[in-house]
Amino acid sequence: MNGVHDMGGMQDMGPVQAEPNEPVFHHPWEGRVFALRRAMGAWRKWNIDASRFAVELVPPVDYLRMSYYERQFVAFLEMLVDHKFVTRAELENGAPAADAPVATPALTVEKAQTMIAKGVPVKRDLPIAPRFQIGQRIRTNNLNPTTHTRLPRYARAKSGTIACDRGVFVFPDTNAIFQGEHPQHLYSVRFSARELWGAQAAPNDSVYLDMWDAYLEPA
Amino acid sequence: MTTNRRDFLTGAASMAGASMTPSPSHEHGHSHDHDHQAVPSDPALRVKALESLLVEKGLVDRSALDTLIDAYENKIGPRNGARVVARAWSDPAYKQRLLADADSAIAELGYGGMQGEHMVVLENTPQTHNLVVCTLCSCYPWPVLGLPPVWYKSAPYRSRAVIDPRGVIREFGLQLPDNVEVRVWDSTAEIRYLILPERPAGTEHLSEAELAALVTRDSMIGVTNVSYPAKAATP
Repeated sequence: MNGVHDMGGMQDMGPVQAEPNEPVFHHPWEGRVFALRRAMGAWRKWNIDASRFAVELVPPVDYLRMSYYERQFVAFLEMLVDHKFVTRAELENGAPAADAPVATPALTVEKAQTMIAKGVPVKRDLPIAPRFQIGQRIRTNNLNPTTHTRLPRYARAKSGTIACDRGVFVFPDTNAIFQGEHPQHLYSVRFSARELWGAQAAPNDSVYLDMWDAYLEPA
Repeated sequence: MTTNRRDFLTGAASMAGASMTPSPSHEHGHSHDHDHQAVPSDPALRVKALESLLVEKGLVDRSALDTLIDAYENKIGPRNGARVVARAWSDPAYKQRLLADADSAIAELGYGGMQGEHMVVLENTPQTHNLVVCTLCSCYPWPVLGLPPVWYKSAPYRSRAVIDPRGVIREFGLQLPDNVEVRVWDSTAEIRYLILPERPAGTEHLSEAELAALVTRDSMIGVTNVSYPAKAATP
């Protein structure tokens, strides 16, 4: 989706402002949002790509105005309703419906510890042949899906070089909308800064993006 | 439930968001003590109300939430990455393993897991300076750096790092010579990048623990180098 989340190359967003001795969470509720999202993710009704897409669907004016955890929170509420964990009436009433079943939490302390230590790998050990070789010149596709993609606008229809083959990975564009993992090779692709930004860029600088097979064509 | 709880959830569920939005300066994390006092009760109460609802429905276990928060507030942070860097500076064989297979080498020190399932380490040298960003969201190598700072997740950094990396780096206090090649890594997939900064001159006599103490979070993102003696008040 050509959303405001796709920020690479935008200008006039202001200076980068670092905060000395920044806390991990600025308010306790931010930590609760962080943890609630993981705890509900443990039900495996959605995946990381779907959860990113949900944040991208926060309306653009709100997206820019909100802090990171505010965006995460409102997107999370939508996911909870979409996947029928709660109803809008329950959110409005602040209490479970009278006939709502009581579940057993998916994420226990022990499973949380395992989640932290192991994560959720998305590399797939499948015998899928790569379409491209290291050193090969490629051109990215000009895609404009209205759904989730990890091909940023600034890198569409650009020429680059395959720098590294990372192996076979889940494809976010389909996984985000529950249309399957479509595992395929993921490459580190080098784009010269001048290919992306023109003559204003330094001649030897470059930007590397991780790109799936489906984003690329031979140059 | 109470009227308060109902009101707070309704506001958040509308996804309009305006009423739970603090001033724009929130994004930059300044003056939290005063500019937040009038505002933050809204999100705090709404999140609390949602948590209560999910607990009552048996969907979440509060102690599991506490485990997650404690891990990233108190256990997993940039000191992990600093230990990896100091080991690489001290042990050439380890450095080779780290650059060839970061997941295994980082696991040797006991680190790995969520949002660092597939890690790659990039070495900064006098000729090449690497910088990490996630323009599309906020991808960051949690097992070695912890959760990202607000600036890393902010629009200014995400927009500029790819088009003006030298300008961003300059604002962090580092002027890169023209003959240094800048490589920006946009974390578009689940590969998580950690920068191995240059070891500063004059540190040959330092122990691994002393070296680790010099390594800043920002140097492992690539917006700064490591200084010796250490600059004051770097995170």
